[in-house]
Amino acid sequence: MVKINGEELNIAGKTVAEYLATTNYDPKRIAVERNGDIVPKAQYSETVLKDGDSLEIVSFAGGG
Amino acid sequence: MNNDKLIIGGHEFNSRFILGSGKYSMKLIEAAVKDAGAEIITLAVRRANTKEQESILDFIPEGITLLPNTSGARNAEEAVRIARLARELGCGNFVKIEIMRDSKYLLPDNQETVKATDILANEGFVVMPYMYPDLNVARDLVNAGAASVMPLASPIGSNKGLATKEFIQILIDEIDLPIIVDAGIGRPSQACEAMEMGAAAIMANTALATAGDLPMMAAAFKNAIEAGRKAYLAGLGRVLTRGASASDPLTGFLRD
Repeated sequence: MVKINGEELNIAGKTVAEYLATTNYDPKRIAVERNGDIVPKAQYSETVLKDGDSLEIVSFAGGG
Repeated sequence: MNNDKLIIGGHEFNSRFILGSGKYSMKLIEAAVKDAGAEIITLAVRRANTKEQESILDFIPEGITLLPNTSGARNAEEAVRIARLARELGCGNFVKIEIMRDSKYLLPDNQETVKATDILANEGFVVMPYMYPDLNVARDLVNAGAASVMPLASPIGSNKGLATKEFIQILIDEIDLPIIVDAGIGRPSQACEAMEMGAAAIMANTALATAGDLPMMAAAFKNAIEAGRKAYLAGLGRVLTRGASASDPLTGFLRD
């Protein structure tokens, strides 16, 4: 299982790019962190998700 | 006044009003930026929502500098992570460090803020730390590579004004970086007063978000900040400790 923004998903084996393609995220408007390290956009298609990985996918929101 | 620039980390700004974008409709951002005359707007970084198609970035006019904050961070490590993610979002290298350990008073953790400032300044960020106004900490922030220092006026979102006035004045007098008063400024008159004291800029969010007419309040703040800046540059008139001083001639009275 891979944890994405706190939710466990059965997507081990997929790349970050393959996972993102199944979602509504706009790749230009997000940043991805895997196990505490940034995944640069250029590496989305070569970063394979492993069992136990934890991903944070973030974007900007209103704030002070 | 045309040459009176606000310089943060080598970047020049004409406006001294930093606008928040929280707690109001994204549709009001454009009018708020315009009426505030703002050139910098703050943003938060949050888990992306798969359902929402709209991005706040689509509502921010071109040419505005984005200042992501690290809100939600409880320590330096979390603030550093959020700052790196913000930079990865591809909108520049400014960051407002905001580290809080409690959710009741939302007071900044000065020690962790110094640590995060040190790490992020070394990574090339333009670091603008939000802090509790303490001269020793402000000096540590300068040494850590901060580009400005952002002391709070009163608790975040309280609109209570310059509760820490004396201590902000000390920072203005002693710290050789822009002192940007952040948090708690509720009224244009309070923003004006901070600018008269020599603050370099004002950051406001809740004062606008909770106002009756947000863009109109943005314009009121703009005028107040400009008035306070001019008064500071002009040099305020002196205050008598006692007695009075006539403004009229003391001769030529219509009497013998």
